[in-house]
Amino acid sequence: MTTSEPVVGGAMPLRMVARGLSQGSTLPVLTIVAALLVIWYGAAVWLNAPGAIDRFERAHRTAWTFGDLVADTMMQDRPVLPAPHQVLVELNKTIFQVSPSSRRSLVYHGWVTLSAALLGFAFGTLLGIVLATGIVHVPTLERSLLPWIIASQTIPILAIAPMIIVVLGSIGFVGTVPKAIISAYLCFFPVTIGMVKGLTSPEPLHLDLVRTYNATAAQIFWKLRWPSAIVFLFASLKVAIALAIVGAIVGELPTGAQAGLGARLLTGSYYGQTVQIWAALIVAAITAALCVAAVGLVERLTLRHMGGRP
Amino acid sequence: MRHDRVLATAALTAIAALALPLGDTGSWQDHPPELALWSAMIAIALFSFFRPAAMAMMAGLCLVGALAGAVALYLLLQDGARGDAAIGLWIGLIGLAALVWRALERGAALGAETRSTPVNLAVPAAFGIWLLYLWQMLTIGFGVPSVLLPPPTQIATSLAASAHVLGEDFVQTFVKSMIPGYVIGCGAGFLVGVLIDRVPFLQRGLLPVGNLVSALPIVGIAPIMVMWFGFDWQSKAAVVVVMTFFPMLVNTIAGLGALSRMEGDLMRTYAASYGQTLRLARLPAALPFIFNALKLNSTLALIGAIVAEFFGTPIVGLGFRISTSVGRMDIALVWATITVAALTGSAAYGAIALLERSLTFWHPSFRRV
Repeated sequence: MTTSEPVVGGAMPLRMVARGLSQGSTLPVLTIVAALLVIWYGAAVWLNAPGAIDRFERAHRTAWTFGDLVADTMMQDRPVLPAPHQVLVELNKTIFQVSPSSRRSLVYHGWVTLSAALLGFAFGTLLGIVLATGIVHVPTLERSLLPWIIASQTIPILAIAPMIIVVLGSIGFVGTVPKAIISAYLCFFPVTIGMVKGLTSPEPLHLDLVRTYNATAAQIFWKLRWPSAIVFLFASLKVAIALAIVGAIVGELPTGAQAGLGARLLTGSYYGQTVQIWAALIVAAITAALCVAAVGLVERLTLRHMGGRP
Repeated sequence: MRHDRVLATAALTAIAALALPLGDTGSWQDHPPELALWSAMIAIALFSFFRPAAMAMMAGLCLVGALAGAVALYLLLQDGARGDAAIGLWIGLIGLAALVWRALERGAALGAETRSTPVNLAVPAAFGIWLLYLWQMLTIGFGVPSVLLPPPTQIATSLAASAHVLGEDFVQTFVKSMIPGYVIGCGAGFLVGVLIDRVPFLQRGLLPVGNLVSALPIVGIAPIMVMWFGFDWQSKAAVVVVMTFFPMLVNTIAGLGALSRMEGDLMRTYAASYGQTLRLARLPAALPFIFNALKLNSTLALIGAIVAEFFGTPIVGLGFRISTSVGRMDIALVWATITVAALTGSAAYGAIALLERSLTFWHPSFRRV
C-alpha cells in the first residue's frame, strides 16, 4: 500500500489512514474495547444498585431519582463491581502517587511477583530446552519420557502450589524461589513441546546434506537444528511467560504472602476491598501483556539478526 | 563386534554391590531370597551381554532381570532402618538403572518396529513405574522425612484410608463445580464464535482481544467470583466459565476460517446455503481447533475449580482438602488428593483425546504414514 501510490499533498495519507482503520483491526478492536467498557459501566450500575437502594432506604431518603442511583453506584467505597474510573483512580493512587518502594505501591507488589515469574521463566525455559534436546537425540527418551511430560500437565500444579510453598518454607526456602519453582513447572511444558517440534523441523534433505559433510551430532545441533527451532522457541516462550506470571500469582495465594499481586488479591478478598482486587488484576494483566510484547520484540530482533523471515 | 556398555555396567555394578556394605540391613548372607533374586539379575545381565538376542527376546529378558533386581533391593531396604542405606545399595541401584534403561531402550525399539499398541503403551508405563520405584527407594534410603516428601506406598495407604472423604471432594470439585462451568464456558465460547463469524468486523476486533485475554492471569478473578456467588460450587463454576470462554472463542473463530478456498468454492458450486456450508464443511474443518480448546480447557477448568476453593469453600472439595491438610502437615493426604486430581485431569484429557481421534480421524496428525 505504501509503495504503490506516491503520496501527494495532505489528503492522501488521511484517506490511507481511514482505509487502514476500516480494513485493519484497529477500529474493530477499539470498538470492542469501548463496548466492553460500556458493558462494565452497565454491570456496575446493575450490580451496585441493590446496595445503593439499601443505603437510601436506611437514610430515609425516599425521593431519589435514577440519576442519584447511578451517581451513587459510581462512587461506593466497597462496590460489588467497581466502575472503571474508580479502578483508574486507585491505580493512579497506588502507582503514581506513592514511591515505588513503598508497601502501598502496586509497582512494588508487581515487581515482587514479576521477579519470581522471571526467575521461574528462566528455569523453566532452560529445563524445557534441555529435555527437548534429550528427547530429540535419544529415541528411548522420546518413547518413555514424552508421554509423562504430557501427562504431567494434566496434574493441576497450581493446586500443589500451597504444598510446595509450605514444604520449601519449612526447610528454609522462602520468598522468591518457591514461587519461581511453580512458575518453572508451568513454563517448561510449552517450551519442551515447542522445542521437540522445532529441533525435528529441519528437512531430511538438509539433515542428509550436513551428514555428507561428516558433521558431528553437536555440529548438526548448533548449525542446523537450533537455528530452525528458534521460531518454535519464541512461539512457546510467549505462552510460557504468561503462564509464569499466573504461577507466581497463585504461588502467593496459599501462604498469606506479605507482598506481591497475589497477596493483594488475598488481602483484598479478606477485607472486601473490591477496588483493590480489581486494581491488582489490572496490573497483573498489564504486566502479562507487556511481558508477552517484550518476548515478541526480542523475537523480531533475533529473527532480523539471523536474517530470517520477519 | 561392539560390546554393550550399558549391560556391562549393569553386570559389573551389580557384582560390585555384592561385596559392598549394605548398611543397617546387614549383609547379603543374611538375606538368602534377596541374594537369589539379585544373582538371577546378574546372570541375566551377563547372559544378555555375551549372547545378544533378538530385540523382543532381549527386552523381555532385561525386564525380567530388572524386576528380580528391583524386588531384591526393595526387600533389603524394607528390612533395614530408614535412612541407613549404605554404598552397596546405591551401587546396586545404579546397576539396576542400567538394566532398566536397556530394557526400555529395547522395548522402545521394538515398539517402533512392530507398531504394536501394547508395547507402545507398556514402555512409558514401565518408565512411570520405574520413576515411582526410584522415588520410593530414594525417600526411604535417604530417610527423607515424610513431612517433606512421603514415599509412594505411604501415599497409597493414605489414599485408601481416606477414599470416602476424597470421593466426596471429587464430587464437589469435579462433578458440581468443574463440569457445569466447563460445559457453560465452552458452549458459550463456541456459540459466540459461530455467531460472530457472520460479522467480520466484530471478528477482527474480538480475535486480538480474545488472544490477549487468554494470556491474562484469569485465575485472579477467583476472589471476586467467591464474593459474588458465595462459597458453594456456583462461584467455582463461574471462575471455570470465564477461564474456558476465551480459549474456546478464539479457537472457534480460527477454526471456522480454516476451510480451504477450494472446499469453500466447491460448496458454492453446489449452491449450498450458509447453514449447509457451516454444518457440512466449515464445522468439520474447525473440529481440530475446537478439540484443541477442549483439551486445553479441561486442564484450565480443573485448575480454576481448585484454586477458587482457596478463597472460601464449604468444608469439602479437593482444593479445601489440600489447603487444610497442608495446615495439619498431613502431607501424605495432600499427595493422595493430588493423585485424585491428577487422575481426574488425565482421565478427562484422555476422554477428550479419544473423542477427538474418532471424530477427526481424517486429520493428518492421526493418519498413519
